[in-house]
Amino acid sequence: MAALRARKTNNEADQPSSPVLRFGPDQPLKLDAGTLLSPFQIAYQTYGTLNDARSNAILVCHALTGDQHVANTNPVTGKPGWWEVLIGPGRIIDTNRFFVICSNVIGGCLGSTGPASTNPATGKPYGLDLPVITIRDMVRAQQMLIDHFGIEKLFCVLGGSMGGMQVLEWASSYPERVFSALPIATGARHSSQNIAFHEVGRQAVMADPDWHGGKYFEHGRRPEKGLAVARMAAHITYLSEAALHRKFGRNLQDRDHLTFGFDADFQIESYLRHQGMTFVDRFDANSYLYMTRSMDYFDIAADHGGRLADAFAGTKTRFCLVSFTSDWLFPTEESRSIVHALNAAGASVSFVEIETDRGHDAFLLDEPELFAAINGFIGSAARARGLAS
Amino acid sequence: MSVNGSQRVDLEVVANLIPPQSRVLDVGSGDGSLLELLQDAKQVDGRGLELSQRGVNECVARGLSVIQGDADKDLEFYPDKGFDFVVLSQTLQATRNPKLVLDELLRIGNRAIVSFPNFGHWRVRLSLFVKGRMPVTQDLPYSWYDTPNIHFCTIRDFVNLCEELGATVEKATALDAAGQKIGLSMPWWFWNFFGQQAVFLLKR
Repeated sequence: MAALRARKTNNEADQPSSPVLRFGPDQPLKLDAGTLLSPFQIAYQTYGTLNDARSNAILVCHALTGDQHVANTNPVTGKPGWWEVLIGPGRIIDTNRFFVICSNVIGGCLGSTGPASTNPATGKPYGLDLPVITIRDMVRAQQMLIDHFGIEKLFCVLGGSMGGMQVLEWASSYPERVFSALPIATGARHSSQNIAFHEVGRQAVMADPDWHGGKYFEHGRRPEKGLAVARMAAHITYLSEAALHRKFGRNLQDRDHLTFGFDADFQIESYLRHQGMTFVDRFDANSYLYMTRSMDYFDIAADHGGRLADAFAGTKTRFCLVSFTSDWLFPTEESRSIVHALNAAGASVSFVEIETDRGHDAFLLDEPELFAAINGFIGSAARARGLAS
Repeated sequence: MSVNGSQRVDLEVVANLIPPQSRVLDVGSGDGSLLELLQDAKQVDGRGLELSQRGVNECVARGLSVIQGDADKDLEFYPDKGFDFVVLSQTLQATRNPKLVLDELLRIGNRAIVSFPNFGHWRVRLSLFVKGRMPVTQDLPYSWYDTPNIHFCTIRDFVNLCEELGATVEKATALDAAGQKIGLSMPWWFWNFFGQQAVFLLKR
């Protein structure tokens, strides 16, 4: 069963069930690591129709373990797209009106070149032979995808968490190509606490004997236990104590008494085990290493001589930042410091903090205030861009 | 952060001071009434700063560009002369350090527009004089113990503060209880006595 699942994930890596754009040796991807990635491919999904002026395109950037299936049934899990509540015909991001693009990031495992992809030089999966990928590399690749569509300026780039980092990187690296930017629950850098959590996850993966130095596909194995532990630890950081307490408290799982053993006595234990188990069905362990690393390396201010404002100097992009009160992974202060930098750069910026006890994950949930903010921001940007409603 | 009731006759006076297509920062933008008015009628490039998250979220949902922030703390993050006009309407009296805030407004904007309820108005004086109680009026609807207004001033006081900060009063308007402008020919003592609200256009 494990081997079968491994093959399925691996198939998605090379032959995804979504459109894929392949770049040959004449169009390598320049990586921050100092090497070139070539050939490489980007898997993506689109929804809606690009208008004649090519002015109605919205790029959605996915989070750490997300993928391009933002508004369609996920081919691996069979579940609805991760932002289907927001994006679709007649929804807040109305695909009757906008052309929505979502790509799997470079380093991912659902069709864009990543560690699970076949290395053309060896005929085997890249594993750790893939150079370390940065957020800027991901954005550079997305930019090549946007070029392919002939889109000069994106109407909006939006995303949460790692997706929000990509939004900031887009606005900083290609300001003239981003009309409006909506980074949600994110930061301009990864904090040391966040790096620490990621390191726990990576160590869990690498400590699994099935990891085999990253060459597990060649052994017909996958480090499922390590990856599940990584996911369990990470999942706690996506929630808040209040939400956990409300949902689980100290309730026991399918029993009346403690067992005085190490079974999942508590509901929270069994919930986390479930989260870990379902995650390994859809995600590649090496990809997890690469994705977490890309976030750890992210530091826009450091890329601009230590001054965040310099990253956005002279920008004409309209910004709206959103944070959540109970998000301790990317607390409001992180957003606020970006807002201050944008103000110092004279940018057009809005900032909404949403009161919720659902923690970091709130951006993926049905949050009316979040939707009202997105709706207001997109609506006013559309008017400014001359996109009739 | 617009802390007083819904009687915002001053908004139109403020709007009339601002030419079309200006860059405007509205400090204490409340529910966004002024910014929306300016955006619709004057096509200004408007930004807002508002203390209450509720107000901010409402503004953003209305398509306005507003951030959550505190006039006392956050104005320092704005660049020098970043705006043509900085507006502080019905908010000065709720700041902890009005002098510093006013100083920041004059730094950030080429012009500052400040409106505030006049504590020198005859009703206020009468209430204190006759009843011996803190006044509760249409413009100052709070009881003394739950008011966000901590630094009241009279028109006279404000003019003195402007002098202290080296600000030039380019225009000043006092509104009486009915929201009517008090004639420019009237002397200051008259404004200070009959003006219920005041709107100042300042530069430095």
